[in-house]
Amino acid sequence: MSTLLESIFSVEFFFAVLRVSTPLIFPALGVAITAMSGNINIGLEGIMLIAAFTGVIVSIYTESLMLALLAGVASGIFFGAALGYFHLKLKADIILAAVALNFLASGLTIFLLIVITGGRNTSALRSLTFPSFHIPVLRSIPVLGPILSGHNIMTYVAFLSVFVYYVVMFKTPLGLRIRAVGQNPDAARSVGINVDRVKLYALMISGVFGALGGLYLSMGYVSWFSRDMVAGRGFIAVAAATMGGNLSFGTLLGSMLFGLVNTATIYISSLDIPSDLVQSIPYLATVIVLAIYSARNFAPRKRKAGSAHHPENEHHEKKP
Amino acid sequence: METILSIQNLWKIYPNGTVANQDVSVDIKEGTIHAIVGENGAGKTTLMKVVFGITQAKSGNISLRGTPFAPSQPSEAIDAGIGMVHQHLMLAPELTVAENIVLGVEPKRGGVFFDFDTAVQTAQETSEKYQLAVPVDKLISELPIGTRQRVEILKALYRNAELLILDEPTAVLTPQETEILFQTLDQLKEQGKTIVFISHKLKEVKRIADTVTIMRAAKVIDTKPASELSIEGIAELMVGHKIDLSRVAAPEHIGPAKLSVRNLNMTRDDGVEAVRKVSFEVAGGEILGVAGVEGNGQTELVRALVGLLPVDSGEILVGSTDIARLSPKEIRQLGVSHIPEDRMEDGVAPLMSIQENIIVDRYEKPDFSTWFRIFWKNVLAHTVGLIRDYRIHAGSPKHEISSLSGGNIQKCVVARELSADPDVVVASQPTRGVDIGSWEHLHSLIVEARNRGRAVFLVSADLDEVLKLSTRIIVMFEGEIVARFEDASTVTAQDLGPYMLGIKRQEESSATVSA
Repeated sequence: MSTLLESIFSVEFFFAVLRVSTPLIFPALGVAITAMSGNINIGLEGIMLIAAFTGVIVSIYTESLMLALLAGVASGIFFGAALGYFHLKLKADIILAAVALNFLASGLTIFLLIVITGGRNTSALRSLTFPSFHIPVLRSIPVLGPILSGHNIMTYVAFLSVFVYYVVMFKTPLGLRIRAVGQNPDAARSVGINVDRVKLYALMISGVFGALGGLYLSMGYVSWFSRDMVAGRGFIAVAAATMGGNLSFGTLLGSMLFGLVNTATIYISSLDIPSDLVQSIPYLATVIVLAIYSARNFAPRKRKAGSAHHPENEHHEKKP
Repeated sequence: METILSIQNLWKIYPNGTVANQDVSVDIKEGTIHAIVGENGAGKTTLMKVVFGITQAKSGNISLRGTPFAPSQPSEAIDAGIGMVHQHLMLAPELTVAENIVLGVEPKRGGVFFDFDTAVQTAQETSEKYQLAVPVDKLISELPIGTRQRVEILKALYRNAELLILDEPTAVLTPQETEILFQTLDQLKEQGKTIVFISHKLKEVKRIADTVTIMRAAKVIDTKPASELSIEGIAELMVGHKIDLSRVAAPEHIGPAKLSVRNLNMTRDDGVEAVRKVSFEVAGGEILGVAGVEGNGQTELVRALVGLLPVDSGEILVGSTDIARLSPKEIRQLGVSHIPEDRMEDGVAPLMSIQENIIVDRYEKPDFSTWFRIFWKNVLAHTVGLIRDYRIHAGSPKHEISSLSGGNIQKCVVARELSADPDVVVASQPTRGVDIGSWEHLHSLIVEARNRGRAVFLVSADLDEVLKLSTRIIVMFEGEIVARFEDASTVTAQDLGPYMLGIKRQEESSATVSA
């Protein structure tokens, strides 16, 4: 046990937390932006999976990282928009539409995997990966340097995305409209805002975030595609964003909390404990954290993070 | 004066076949305040929705300053200089006043970013230009309802509205706030704006309007200068027969106390004190009216009386039984009826039939059921009887209750609650949103219950209602009783206002319970 504690309070551990948090931060931002527009998006699981697959296949065939990135993001936008089409245009329940999207993603990627690569569970060919990156000055700082430097570039993009999310949400007209639509769609409609279009934009942006998360999984975290490799991250993202009140910094913290638990799980699995039990820890942690969170918020929805929507009060929303 | 808006022979028929506007013609003159009055369902709101582009007419012509005008969506009406302040305010609660005002036409910085500072500045300028004071950098959710409404008006003015439509703007305001609104409207008129004022509150129409159009059953009955009409005259035209607006006579006999509340304290879920040291008694044969701006603890108090919310401390006695910890069902069995403030939420199950909604509190009686079956024949006969006795306009007792009009749904609730033969009637906003015909009828039912010796506890945001019905009046402010009037017959709305707003309060000595 003491060796476990030792290894948990090591530089490697916190380095790993950032690595493991990355594929949670992206979809959590996607969840947050759709939540701000008044929709619950549980379809990021599927969007991530499709983008992860698309990236791998395109990188194998074109040997271009840039094309893989573009294709992955395009797939995210497409399926985000598709979700919007089913929900906003065809008036399907967004939860049902997202469940359908998730099943489609799972089946479609496996099918195409077999057709294209012949592999049943994983892509036989190695994917290109996004490069790691050392930050020149930072890397020489003791303790912090080894934790913060040397990550995959997508990890830095994730943290940058938190800032981008903040700017889009609170500093652009689109963000203002998204918030207005989420808070009172009739108010937005009464001033001539096309509510459905704003919600569609939010879903498409969430598709971009989801796609980046999926791309990182298959082209950074590992370098191949395997079936259902997203493994519930799209759902944990819903929990992370909700805990963070859908605000930028809160969503980041929520994602990192789950990243921390997941990393700890990896470390604990080195002990002599049944691995099935260990693997259930992140999900158990999700349940416990959400239970605590919702017990605290059991009072009729009176937004605790309410005043933080106030641009004047946004200063405590720090840049990451 | 020029005609700014002319509506000619307009027909509006909803897809379900309801004729909302039948051959309606109205001319609205520039720079006037034009009231459109009528009962609920008379078609006045629909007419304005057509003008504002929310819905489209089947036939007929509208012209704005002489040019044909048929907006297919609100943005076209806004662009043409029409602004609408809806009954339910259209504001995003967690955005600032300035953000709400500029929403949709946001000032930008560098072509991309939302320029919050300019938004605040222009909102401030608009506010000063029209002398409508609002705190531009506050969140909407922090503001009282009267101020929110001013934000709505500013929203329209910021978009250069020349014609302002206000749909029942005073429904949620105190008398003082209403007066401030009217001063605002007078002032806007002087600045050359045209105002269409939709209402069914006749006193207000008389106070503010230059011209009055009366609608009844989808048709325009008459348009006249306000000076040529009396309140009674408008009411008569609206309803089609004479209306009694005077106060009801005091009860002849008041019995012993049936409901006594002593030192009641309640806390809301968010930790705020909702009800503080509230004590009162209601005797059989009297109506105790509660006046107060909504949200000052009345809702919580009522819910405690019927067992829907727990109390922190204090007693609620029905007869001599303390009901503070009993369930709603046990409280009902002790003879307490509840006419809830939100009839669609707490009063009925909207998708179930009228008869199912009627027997929901009495289905266990041997007349109606055994342990495994319901005697639908008896249920039907019972419901038919109530529909007749309470003059409910309903096709069949088997119809979904939400297919009825608001007034008739409320009559179903009242029929159920009063026919349960209660000792105590707790009535919260019993006539909210119903037309004046139903208003009058529901009042007569409540007074009849009083005359049969029941204790009636009445909470209402409609001061006319409180003044008309009450034997005694208490005023609530921030969870406390701040004034008691032992003889309601001499009290006026102006007397109540300062207490409702917390400007005045009676001394503690007189605020004790009078037996």
